[in-house]
Amino acid sequence: MNRYSPRNVRTAAPGCLAERSRSLVFCVVILAMSFASSCSRKTESSPVPKPTAFGAAIVESGGGKQVTQTGALLPQPVVVQVNDEQGNAVTGALVEFSGAPGVSFDPAVGLTDSSGQATINVALGGMSGRYQITASTWDKSHKKVELKLEEIALGYQQTLGSRLNAQYCERCHNPESTVERVSNYDNLEIKPHPFSEGDTYNAISDADLAAAIAHGGPALGKSALMPAWGNTLSKSDIQALIAYIRAVSDPPSRYAGPMYSKN
Amino acid sequence: MREKLAALWEKLFGDSLRAFGVVSLIFLVSLAIAPAKNFFSEWRHYQHGYLRMIRNRSDANTLQRHFQAGIQQIWLPELGVVDRCTSCHVGMKETSLTDVATQPFRKHPVIPHQLEQFGCTVCHRGQGAATTVAEAHSSTLAWEQPILPAKYIESSCGQCHRGPLPGTPVLNQGRNLLSRYGCVHCHTVKLPDGSAMQATDDPPSLEHIADKTSREWIYAWLKDPQAYASTATMPNFKLSDDDARDVSAFLMANSAPMQGDALSVSAKAALDPTAGASLYGESFCASCHAVQNAAGNLVGGNVGPELTRVGSKVKPEWLQAWLRNPRSYDPGTAMPHYRFSDVQVATLAGFLEAKSDSDLLANVHLEPATPEQIARGKRLVSDYGCASCHEIAGIKKPENFAPELSRIGSKPITQLIFLSGMPHTLPDYIAGKIRNPRAFAAGLKMPQFTFTTGQVDALTTALLALNDRANTLPPALSVATAPSSNYQPAGKAGKLMTDLACFSCHRINGRGGDMAPDLTWEGSSVQRDWLLAFFKNPGTLRPALIRRMPRFNLSDPEVTELTDYILTVYQSPAVDRDSLPLSGYSSGQIELGKQLFYGKYSCQGCHIVDAKNDKGYIGPTLTQVGSRLTAAWIYQWMKNPQLLRPGSAEPNRAMSDEDALALTAFLMSQKGGAKEVAKK
Repeated sequence: MNRYSPRNVRTAAPGCLAERSRSLVFCVVILAMSFASSCSRKTESSPVPKPTAFGAAIVESGGGKQVTQTGALLPQPVVVQVNDEQGNAVTGALVEFSGAPGVSFDPAVGLTDSSGQATINVALGGMSGRYQITASTWDKSHKKVELKLEEIALGYQQTLGSRLNAQYCERCHNPESTVERVSNYDNLEIKPHPFSEGDTYNAISDADLAAAIAHGGPALGKSALMPAWGNTLSKSDIQALIAYIRAVSDPPSRYAGPMYSKN
Repeated sequence: MREKLAALWEKLFGDSLRAFGVVSLIFLVSLAIAPAKNFFSEWRHYQHGYLRMIRNRSDANTLQRHFQAGIQQIWLPELGVVDRCTSCHVGMKETSLTDVATQPFRKHPVIPHQLEQFGCTVCHRGQGAATTVAEAHSSTLAWEQPILPAKYIESSCGQCHRGPLPGTPVLNQGRNLLSRYGCVHCHTVKLPDGSAMQATDDPPSLEHIADKTSREWIYAWLKDPQAYASTATMPNFKLSDDDARDVSAFLMANSAPMQGDALSVSAKAALDPTAGASLYGESFCASCHAVQNAAGNLVGGNVGPELTRVGSKVKPEWLQAWLRNPRSYDPGTAMPHYRFSDVQVATLAGFLEAKSDSDLLANVHLEPATPEQIARGKRLVSDYGCASCHEIAGIKKPENFAPELSRIGSKPITQLIFLSGMPHTLPDYIAGKIRNPRAFAAGLKMPQFTFTTGQVDALTTALLALNDRANTLPPALSVATAPSSNYQPAGKAGKLMTDLACFSCHRINGRGGDMAPDLTWEGSSVQRDWLLAFFKNPGTLRPALIRRMPRFNLSDPEVTELTDYILTVYQSPAVDRDSLPLSGYSSGQIELGKQLFYGKYSCQGCHIVDAKNDKGYIGPTLTQVGSRLTAAWIYQWMKNPQLLRPGSAEPNRAMSDEDALALTAFLMSQKGGAKEVAKK
């Protein structure tokens, strides 16, 4: 919406047809008004619930640092908790979520439940990268208290990498076990680095990372427990894996791209 | 007023020279409108913005060189593409712009296609020829298809790619759901290649339903299938109490008794109260069937129905007959025919009957059915199209019961009726319809499914791929899916394999499930003695797997029949089983193989050879591999595992012949128990 704003028209108008400027200004005003009205219609949503209590702090209970595809819902809802000065959960406090354009929240505004928590489903925007979402509540003096969370959206190439990760890499590189996938991490004498370990991976260049994947650990003077995948994975597969590793590393890699936050 | 106008007229056109001047001026101004509009056009504004943005970057020179001013266009006549999007989206191919967050200047993310080959609107929709943001991105009077929201973008891949792709999980999921939830029973979906999409849910025949369950259960199930099993794929038809009463009355009255005396309770269950649970576990029922545990989580597979409340559903004598031989009730079932003894049948049946929920049928009290109710039930069954999915005696499967969806992805918005408050776009309509089908008008028949938001998005994505473009693409662009195979093994062994439902888990020659290893070349892989013993008592090859081969209690002749058939028929052209000896390798070779195993190739990361020291358990345990696999298979596996089993997680190490042979020698020396005994 802001890209196609009436401001552009207004700056353009006086230069071109000065003698008609008055009528043009009039037109611009009408245009601006119609824009404003259409904007206000769009942002109109369910009525904001009235808070019954106020907290002093807002903390994350779960749902941060999740990974999903562009435009898709996060696998788990985001849960935040509002606490008072003593750190006790506050019921009925207003929590509002906001993020970059394209990020959607269901619901965007809500009151905390009996355990002081608000649970929100979040769908990320259409561009791959990091998204910052902000949860805000208001304290007794109506001062805004904010919590910032980070989520990751994978584009096509990173999604491909994440699938390859699940098929070939994750069994050793992810220390977490699930019912369906028991981790081999603990069985290895020399521990592999989980892909979220940004401090390790950010220090390795793309070329070195590609070499380690294609020719195994010894290519970088590391353990032979990391096998060579160069005959199993294609070059574009390896690029996709690197793109995935860059996308999920924490702290963020410098190849990870910008962070999308509100405004 | 009149005088004023007259004075103005006089002033402007009073004499001919003045009139000429004024007319010229008007003419000049009107001529200037077009260039002025062009000069102040949006795309020019963005191009100026782009140039301002790159001016201060370190790579400004390169970017400046790549930049082309003016309207840009990608024209692909054979695709019907005229895309001017690159007029504003100027930096799409600049790999150095990864740090730019603002549109329209972001670099396009990496995809496997070239921009020049497909343009933009083939994937993103929108009006390609437009040169203003509003016209290009939104619905206008002249153009219906707005930009496709990112969450549905994979639908565009599905226009050409008919099969699953590794990079499109949402599309793949959506297509699976269309088949798995039986959408295509009622809605015909003709794919652009002319074939029709097939359902994979196999709804049960209702011809003998009275033998299987009670009318009360049918009533409760019809009212709310998910109350019985949260994983049920049967949708909720939102029947009234009377409707459910009459439909259940009709189904019971319409059911014919099973042939023969299959329904009989013959033996007493084992006395040990834990025997049932351990038989359930040993038979790996959980590989296919899920049960809710105390914490409320479902544990088990989703090939067969959930069994959490099965005791409230099935009649004991039917359950015993089913466990004795499921094929006598449903010849096409995916459930194997375990050769249970009568005591085992009774024990397992008793264990399953105890899985009941007294609340489920507590409030269901039905009077005996009247003929009118049965007749009304029959009418309802026809009205709701029950026979689209289920076989029901006396009712024909209706043709084209629901609207065809073959081109739903291009349905004109003018033909849709939207709910109030709903955005007027096709994806929103489709998603809304799946979410709450009956909200759109009174008297609609489409039942209510219980899909998560993610599933609705996936289904919408799959449906959006069924559009005009998919049907009119040049045939050369379409990427066909792997043809489905109807391979059927021959002879006695073939019958046995059908009876054991091997194809429910294993794939052979392109047909079958993916829960267990592909057996297409199993005959080249394993030794005869091992396979014989494995059928009698399937052991665990992979300690980390929860799904395992069950024991079918096969007789000796059955085991021999199957083993010989597999070893003879399922041979790989890449492996000659007898080309390498099973034993007799030199100790030097074995020692070299051991060094390679633990050193250069570090196989112990994933495999266990020495049960005391090795820990890796991604791959199969190799302590007995020398008595399990043929040497020729191991050798070829070392050379190229994916040649023998595509998609295997074992990396291809491109080993030299010497290395492969040494490792084969070392692995063939791992004979398990036998070796230990020989040492002592």
